[in-house]
Amino acid sequence: MSGEPADGGTDRIGRRGGQWEGGPERLYVVSAGRGARAARPELDLVTLIVARGEPGPDCRPEQAAILHMCDYPLSVAEVSAYLRLPFSTVTVILAELLDSGRIEARAPLPAATLPDIEILEAVMHGLQNL
Amino acid sequence: MDCKTSEPRRGPRSEDTLPASAASAVKVVIVGGFGVGKTTLVGSVSEIRPLTTEETMTQAAVGIDDIAGVERKTSTTVAMDFGRISVNRHLVLYLFGTPGQERFWFLWNGLFEGALGAVVLVDTRRLEVSFDVIGRLEDRGVPFVIAVNAFPDAPVHSTAELRAALDLHDSVPVIHCDARDRGSSRDALMTLMRYLHTLATANLEPQ
Ligand SMILES: Nc1nc2c(ncn2[C@@H]2O[C@H](COP(=O)(O)OP(=O)(O)OP(=O)(O)O)[C@@H](O)[C@H]2O)c(=O)[nH]1
Ligand SMILES: [Mg+2]
Repeated sequence: MSGEPADGGTDRIGRRGGQWEGGPERLYVVSAGRGARAARPELDLVTLIVARGEPGPDCRPEQAAILHMCDYPLSVAEVSAYLRLPFSTVTVILAELLDSGRIEARAPLPAATLPDIEILEAVMHGLQNL
Repeated sequence: MDCKTSEPRRGPRSEDTLPASAASAVKVVIVGGFGVGKTTLVGSVSEIRPLTTEETMTQAAVGIDDIAGVERKTSTTVAMDFGRISVNRHLVLYLFGTPGQERFWFLWNGLFEGALGAVVLVDTRRLEVSFDVIGRLEDRGVPFVIAVNAFPDAPVHSTAELRAALDLHDSVPVIHCDARDRGSSRDALMTLMRYLHTLATANLEPQ
């Protein structure tokens, strides 16, 4: 109990009154010297990453680790989990690998407004088979 | 050729790899208060053991101790558990469990972008935790269903009572579930998919 952050059960109950506090900026944890390119492709948690080949002698250990683990498609979230690095750090490394053509990124299916009926039917079918 | 062979190989076990044909992924978010069963639900239906991804945020701390105008920064790291279901050879569904408390909403920007929808896990012992979550999902236009997790010591409410307490639109499905049970967790996801399907076919704006 002690020191635990209060878990909602406080007096802050006004549900529609809760204001979103002006979009706090995300911290992109960028290790020294690893500048993010300006025109970086959007990487989602569920963008699938596939290596285009084996790591070369010039790549850094975490790049090599990514290329190894992505010999089959793997989501950015999984890469982050296996590397034990925050999502924002991983996207920086992935952006470099994309820039140098060492990986391919398979974008998630867009759910612009409402998801596509065919996608939903495929998911329902998949769930039925669970 | 390896740059560094001393490094142990990290990555999925061979049985946890996706087929090379996996072309795209979709995601669903499981959201709710602490200990409501998010990870349990993800684990019940996931084909891989739930994994964890982290995100960090720094924010200028606003506080009364900010004398001399020195800006303090606070840093929050949040771990999100997630799991995976291969829908077919081409399509993969990812499930992300995320805390619903307002201070974690910074996670939501990327997370809900492109998400099919959400399952709001509700613990009737702490209903108020869900209020903000539901309001926020409505604001963002994220379609959601309510799954009431049955805890033994939880007060029992009728669906009508819950609807009223949560001020839900009539169309929002409310189901009871046991996140520990695979079938029950799958049913919760299926309810969301059917609801999304209804919305998509009727081309209604989710409320
Ligand atoms: N009776 C009952 N217990 C449950 C249910 N779902 C989860 N639990 C138990 O509740 C506890 C918390 O479940 P978690 O899945 O860790 O909850 P969580 O929402 O991921 O928790 P945090 O990530 O810590 O916020 C565990 O001991 C579960 O076994 C349920 O449907 N019924
Ligand atoms: Mg959890």
